[in-house]
Amino acid sequence: MATRIPLSRSIAAHTVLIAYTLISLFPVFVIVINSFKSRKAIFAAPLEPPTPTTFDLVGYATVLKQGDFFQYFMNSMIVTCSSLFFVLLFGAMAAFALSEYRFKANTLTGLYLALGIMIPIRLGTVAILQLMVAGGLVNTRTALVLVYTAQGLPLAVFILSEFMKQVSDDLKNAGRIDGLSEYRIFFTLVLPLIRPAMATVAVFSLIPIWNDLWFPLILAPAEEVKTITLGSQIFIGQFVTNWNAVLAALSLAIIPVLVLYLIFSRQLIRGITAGAVK
Amino acid sequence: MGALTLSNVTKSFGTTDVIKGVDLQVEDGEFCVFVGPSGCGKSTLLRMIAGLEDCTGGEIAIDGKRVNEVAPAKRELAMVFQSYALYPHLTVRDNMGLALKQAGVSKPDITKATDRAADMLSLGPLLDRRPAELSGGQRQRVAIGRAIVRTPKLFLFDEPLSNLDAALRVATRIEIARLHRDLAATMIYVTHDQIEAMTLADRIVVLRAGRVEQVGAPMELYNDPANTFVAGFIGSPQMNFLKAGALGMRSDTMGVRPEHLALSREAGQMPGTVSHVEKLGGETLVYVNAEAQGLLTVRLFGEHNFNVGEAVHITPDASRAFHFDANGQRLR
Ligand SMILES: Nc1ncnc2c1ncn2[C@@H]1O[C@H](COP(=O)(O)OP(=O)(O)O)[C@@H](O)[C@H]1O
Ligand SMILES: [Mg+2]
Repeated sequence: MATRIPLSRSIAAHTVLIAYTLISLFPVFVIVINSFKSRKAIFAAPLEPPTPTTFDLVGYATVLKQGDFFQYFMNSMIVTCSSLFFVLLFGAMAAFALSEYRFKANTLTGLYLALGIMIPIRLGTVAILQLMVAGGLVNTRTALVLVYTAQGLPLAVFILSEFMKQVSDDLKNAGRIDGLSEYRIFFTLVLPLIRPAMATVAVFSLIPIWNDLWFPLILAPAEEVKTITLGSQIFIGQFVTNWNAVLAALSLAIIPVLVLYLIFSRQLIRGITAGAVK
Repeated sequence: MGALTLSNVTKSFGTTDVIKGVDLQVEDGEFCVFVGPSGCGKSTLLRMIAGLEDCTGGEIAIDGKRVNEVAPAKRELAMVFQSYALYPHLTVRDNMGLALKQAGVSKPDITKATDRAADMLSLGPLLDRRPAELSGGQRQRVAIGRAIVRTPKLFLFDEPLSNLDAALRVATRIEIARLHRDLAATMIYVTHDQIEAMTLADRIVVLRAGRVEQVGAPMELYNDPANTFVAGFIGSPQMNFLKAGALGMRSDTMGVRPEHLALSREAGQMPGTVSHVEKLGGETLVYVNAEAQGLLTVRLFGEHNFNVGEAVHITPDASRAFHFDANGQRLR
């Protein structure tokens, strides 16, 4: 399995990867260092790390004093985690049905479900808003969870059904002969085997949901259901922007995504390389 | 307890007919082997018996009762798969006990049944391991143990030895034969390997492209094949098929097994040259290029020295030859 790669090629590959990593992390790095600096220092020398003279926690103080920041944070967490849960649950179930059962219109259903990958859900914003108003769901976290679940499902079904097809038929059949229900087969035999694929889907769905500004602004702008991305916008004014606070809020918002990513990453790497290395 | 009847069973996937009308009666306690080339529908037929595939037509009955609509778990059968199909998250003990647990058997009874099966297959020391910690041979023994624990009416095996190495294959084959004697249960065994079929079966069912070609005891098929397909499939090395016309006979094809061809340096019916020699110790296989008849295999017992390129003569034993018509059907 472990084939030896010539040293020169390994060095070249690492140089490219390290360069790419530096470029990608640079904006994040700038955000984080500047969030610890005074306003004047941010504008005077934006690329300089905080020194004892320029070190200032005023951004964090503002953000945390802003009262509801913790609430925004919780809203984002609740919305993201619930949406992810439903995307994974329903996505995996639909994928199982599509890959396991032969029924009329199987292919057609699969194509219909995959269509959502190509059509952005924002095109339906007006209709979604009317729907939420009619359902009395405006300014609730439920509205966001519903929209994000719908948004995440197409990709989840598409990726997971490919992986489901690879789960051994014999294993599922052994379960059937031993008297396991289809639900037990799905939850105890199939799901654990496609964990890497689930983690991949989770990370790919997680980031657009956490970062989304559009739907919170339209469907749930009320104070008590604001997400953190929307909440941070209060520091950006039309004329004056509180950069300390914006940078501090953004730095804080990175943390949960990072934590969730670390949880999924071990599985994620296996998912991405599945098939590449047999 | 455990007789199986198939009546005109058919199966189509969409427009492809895979099983084209199979009639078969398997007696209680019989060891029945389905044999045939890859893709002929053996596994499909076995899965239909198990209830994992619906029948397109026909009836399957176990102990005289129609089971077409009965769920797999309710048919009182156990299946051993080529890929073992052990539950990766359960220990060996739980793998073996799961079916009983699902059926609502009490804990002590499950333990008793698993221990008994583990004894029969000497799996005792492995009971607390997970499948990932077992070798291929051990996994297959666990899979067989899982089938035994249920004390089913019918054992189904789908090429259980294909993933094992040669030595282990022989050992496990003997083990399965011993189990059949000890349990006196009905077993249906699918393989593409005619040696497994010959050594294990009470009765062999030869399948080709979804149809039964011939059913019979191993020696019946060997000594009395119904057509060229069965004659060529059963027996190793394969039977030689000679153009009978060239030998002055009425039939179209004459089949002669490699051991029924006599080889001589001096004289014989058909001249030829040695093209390859395989010495196996107990026997010697000589491949002879016999001009009009093509490449023939001759099986000699003991050690013989023939050189490649040497001129030889072959004489078939006419009393042991089989004659077939132009459609491959046996002429008697
Ligand atoms: N689910 C399926 N859909 C379509 N065709 C199938 C399916 N399962 C098996 N077949 C076809 O049925 C034929 C017999 O398959 P199988 O029973 O697995 O053969 P064997 O076990 O004898 O090698 C093959 O040609 C295969 O392509
Ligand atoms: Mg098969």
